[in-house]
Amino acid sequence: MKLARKYVPLAATVTLFLAMSAYGSLSYTGFFSAQAFLNLLIDNAFLVIVAVGMTFVILTGGIDLSVGSVVALSTIVLAKLVEHAHWNLWLAMPLVLCLGTLFGAFMGWLIQRFRLQPFIVTLAGMFLARGMCYLISIDSVSITDPAYTLLAQTRIHLWGDKAMLSISAVLALVVLGVAVFMAHFTEFGRTVYAIGGSEHSAVLMGLPVARTTVLVYALSGFCAALGGVVFTFYMLSGYGLHAVGLELDAIAAVVIGGTLLSGGVGYVFGTLFGVLTLGIIQSLIMFDGSLSSWWTRIVIGVLLFVFCVLQRVFETGRKAG
Amino acid sequence: MNLKSLRSHPLLWPVVTLLLILTVNASLNPGFWVVQWRDGHLYGSVIDILNRSAPLMLTALGMTLVIATRGIDISVGATVAIAAAVAALMVGGKLVITDGVAQHISRFPMWLAIVCALLTALACGLWNGLLVAKIGLQPIIATLILMVAGRGVAQLLTDGQIVTVYYPPYFYIGSGYLWGLPFALFIAAAVYLAMHLAVTRTALGLFIQAIGINPAAARLAGVRERLISICVYAFCGLTAGIAGLIISSNVKSADGNNAGNLLELDAILAVTLGGTLLTGGRFSLAGSMIGALIIQTLTSTIYSIGVPPEINLVVKAAVVFVVMLMQSAEFRSAVHGWVVRPAPAGHQGIKS
Repeated sequence: MKLARKYVPLAATVTLFLAMSAYGSLSYTGFFSAQAFLNLLIDNAFLVIVAVGMTFVILTGGIDLSVGSVVALSTIVLAKLVEHAHWNLWLAMPLVLCLGTLFGAFMGWLIQRFRLQPFIVTLAGMFLARGMCYLISIDSVSITDPAYTLLAQTRIHLWGDKAMLSISAVLALVVLGVAVFMAHFTEFGRTVYAIGGSEHSAVLMGLPVARTTVLVYALSGFCAALGGVVFTFYMLSGYGLHAVGLELDAIAAVVIGGTLLSGGVGYVFGTLFGVLTLGIIQSLIMFDGSLSSWWTRIVIGVLLFVFCVLQRVFETGRKAG
Repeated sequence: MNLKSLRSHPLLWPVVTLLLILTVNASLNPGFWVVQWRDGHLYGSVIDILNRSAPLMLTALGMTLVIATRGIDISVGATVAIAAAVAALMVGGKLVITDGVAQHISRFPMWLAIVCALLTALACGLWNGLLVAKIGLQPIIATLILMVAGRGVAQLLTDGQIVTVYYPPYFYIGSGYLWGLPFALFIAAAVYLAMHLAVTRTALGLFIQAIGINPAAARLAGVRERLISICVYAFCGLTAGIAGLIISSNVKSADGNNAGNLLELDAILAVTLGGTLLTGGRFSLAGSMIGALIIQTLTSTIYSIGVPPEINLVVKAAVVFVVMLMQSAEFRSAVHGWVVRPAPAGHQGIKS
């Protein structure tokens, strides 16, 4: 029973996702196909990557509002380097990933060293990254490099022509796999959970709290930068207005994925289902045809509400029991 | 003695920052302080800044109380959009010609539209307050729900369109003048005055401070913590609603997607700049007003000196970094350690 309780939020998310897919499959023709479900992953690969980074931050009890802007900054730096400076693709991408990691590490350092609130530090980071986008270029920079377009359009066939994945989707799955390993099978992961449970106790236990806190934000920065790289595969451009509000989607995905915002409880794997649930809401609204796009936001809001209240009930139940 | 009390005054740094920005402004733009009487009202850069900062002042005022109780409200931008949409839809307005006289007719009476918009905003705030105080969600998450869904609701109301208002009396709220000064400024001043009286002349200010310092202790001391929290969030929604009216009246339309965009962040920034601690407890309404002025002056400076307005964000980020580092005790002691070299080991205890 104890074990079951641990998995309740995750189970709720997976059930919701399955119920929604079942509803979609019964209501709309063409909804139930392997490719339709793979498309969920393909279309939301960048969100999966960003949300995985966010999961670690939220597990420590923090928050990272800068991810959307870092995604935008990465797209524009990448586009500038590849298009205008004619850098090699394989040189530009690692550089962007390094920049994102450093950006995250800097915010983590501020938060850890000076006891600042993650909300405000990452808010400033959000302003800074978005502003730097415009300093680099106010206009959208399109990427026409043939190697790049080839990379963006490559599809990996799983079986026959019926089911395929894009490189970005594969990247997202790899990130997810590595993240699950890091969260549950490494010292880093255990420290993350410990900090979220109680930072003070973690310090007293002699865990490397300071280092892990910085690393968590660095990881989120890395994921955001990688999300930016993947984002350019969709857009084939860099633009300061890309990914506006992405941080909210990422936080929503993490919460719907069953991670408690107070930290310490949650699964990286749940985040995947959080993202897929957001994706399937969009698909359902698209398939329906009569509902306008803003219904997506309303439904996401309602879902957030339901999940937060459920979490709250779950939390108080756990305390009482 | 007098100088000492001035130096430790909580409003010192916000005022110094504002004066600094104003001086920079005046040195870059010779005509900055010039105020003229034109078209029956005062006219000039300073007046413009005052007029434009009114919505931010109002939201910052509401936000101050929320932050003072250890909360945060990131949904004010969405509330602004909803209130603006309700007001614009209900006022609407069209040109009707009766007996050769052109007349603007509103869809509903304007007072009704304003009351409905404000009630909607109040309901938004109440919803946040209930989530925080009754259900016990973290403030940032409770208000995140409305922040995400609110813009959707605003777009639903306006059907995704930008609703234009054709009713001149409505424009008075955001761009009218009273006694030569912008009318919006009077609204902000009135709200400030009412709040100032409420927190200084009644025990409310003390209660809010007590909740911010230690909610559990406040509850044990008999402060009705939940009720006050709910009221504080509801009031924050209301001020956002008034800001929404001013904004929509100023641009003569309501845009569900963009009205009040990032306003929540500016409001939080204004409150922080004004010396209110984000950890709750100490708050300053006057500081938040000055904080709002600082942000608006900064924006105007950036526009007037001709650098691209996008740089605004970088400057704002720099300001946030500096302010939060100044507020951090760890940072101050670190700086102290750099500036004042520790005494050598053998000379400890010997004072010059």
